[in-house]
Amino acid sequence: MSERSRHALIWAWTLAVLVFIYLPAMCILLASLTSSRYFLFPIQKWGLDWWRKTFDSIEIHQLFKTSITIALCVTVIAVAIAFFGALAFARYNWKGRTLFQKIVLLPIFFPQSVLGLALLLWFNAIGLQMSWMTAVFAHLVWIIPVVTLVISIQVYSFDPALEEAAFDLGASRFQVFREVTLPVLLPGIVSGSLFAFLLSWGNFPLSLYTDGADTTIPEYLYAKMVAGYTPGVPVLGTVSTFGAALLLLGGYWLITLRRRAQS
Amino acid sequence: MAALHETGKGLSQGARNALPLLIFLLVGFAAPLLAVIAYSFMPERSFGLVHSPTLINYAGIFTGNSYISFGWSLSFAAFTVCILAVVCYPIAYGLSRVFGRWAPLLTLLFTIPLFVSENVRLYGWILFFIKNGVLLGTLKSWFGVELESWLFTRGMVLLGMVYVYLPFMLFPMTLGVSMVPNETREAARDLGASRFQVFREVELPLSMPGIMIGLLLTFVLAVGAIAEAKVLGGQTIIPITHDIEIAFTYAQNWPLGAALAVLLMIVVGTLVLLVLKRFDLDAILGRR
Repeated sequence: MSERSRHALIWAWTLAVLVFIYLPAMCILLASLTSSRYFLFPIQKWGLDWWRKTFDSIEIHQLFKTSITIALCVTVIAVAIAFFGALAFARYNWKGRTLFQKIVLLPIFFPQSVLGLALLLWFNAIGLQMSWMTAVFAHLVWIIPVVTLVISIQVYSFDPALEEAAFDLGASRFQVFREVTLPVLLPGIVSGSLFAFLLSWGNFPLSLYTDGADTTIPEYLYAKMVAGYTPGVPVLGTVSTFGAALLLLGGYWLITLRRRAQS
Repeated sequence: MAALHETGKGLSQGARNALPLLIFLLVGFAAPLLAVIAYSFMPERSFGLVHSPTLINYAGIFTGNSYISFGWSLSFAAFTVCILAVVCYPIAYGLSRVFGRWAPLLTLLFTIPLFVSENVRLYGWILFFIKNGVLLGTLKSWFGVELESWLFTRGMVLLGMVYVYLPFMLFPMTLGVSMVPNETREAARDLGASRFQVFREVELPLSMPGIMIGLLLTFVLAVGAIAEAKVLGGQTIIPITHDIEIAFTYAQNWPLGAALAVLLMIVVGTLVLLVLKRFDLDAILGRR
């Protein structure tokens, strides 16, 4: 087989898999655009009725508020801890480093539903009341390691000579951090924050066991799915899919712009 | 330079940066796991840790039906991993060698679904496969063909798992494949190796670290899968995570659930430690 046709095959396969990946999202979008109570395909009556109904609902507003509050808290705390974690992971050569790297990976490799239950037992044992705050803590256990990895990849390409040069020129430690380390690692921090926000926003297994009476959007969707069909589910599903896509494409675009501006 | 930083304190710079994360994982990861282990030794249906320890829960597992659920979870995870390895390798190869300037955008397109709740994405498959849904509805109205829905079968569970865990195989694999230097490949070709020989003797061994991480990650996640069987599988298979959840919720038997969770943790933990021990993470992640 020639190089050319081999490459064409690889392209075709990749695009086919992409179609497979986005097929369910397309179905959800279609289902949200019907005016009838039940989903029948081909769609008889198109309309945005369910979009309006869903967004007028006070219950949905409350869900959005809970989900966004949790995701924002998780993002801020995760990025702060993971930034220093990433420096320890990839920048400094220290004695416990390889062990540290493996410890950081463990929570990522751990089944989340079991982690959620473990945290439930733990909060219960120390007498904590479950609320959105315990859910923030639960999300962090899984998201901090992920964000640490994401930022580490940027840190690996960081040249420590830059910091040394700044020290030699008489900059204080804080100045070096603010003027050299932070700006150079900014793309990693941006992608880390995006990961943190979106992973928390979409998380179901950890929220399920640890947020007590508060409810997030994925939990609400699951409850509705199990209870029977309502067109509100496709509407919220579409919003979360396209919201994630927009945020990521936006972040990617910003980083590319910055790279171009630098070079 | 190093001397500049080592001011006063006994901890090295790296250890000091690692400290917040380590303390957090101690409280948020190690402690809960210890709590689970402690609960697994408590008598049936107790909610506190004040009783004297017993092995009754573990005895219950080996006399009960939970080993079937373990079997389902392990075998479905193994199938998922095998299918994904075959599906993802050409894409990983393409992302690191063929797609060039399109690679970042394609990578991004494969990333986006990761951030949408698993339930929502699986629900899309229901809409696709359900009676009068996108597939069967189209067949019926365009071709007049009426078929039974394939929902709630074992094949659907497997499809759901392959679909959900695809990115977890693809990204480590891509990192692995991009670790193979082009010169090595060309050298092998120049020395007269066939395409298959290059693949078997050069590509595969050199990209093994990334591939192994991908296999491990998908296997571990798939063993812990629960949503696929629930949303797409009806009740055709009961994975071990479902047993654990039932013990914690309907059955109100926390110690039994904890014992099952401990066994799952042992399986997963052993695998992770065995595989991670063999690889140098700096070499895999440090490449750009």
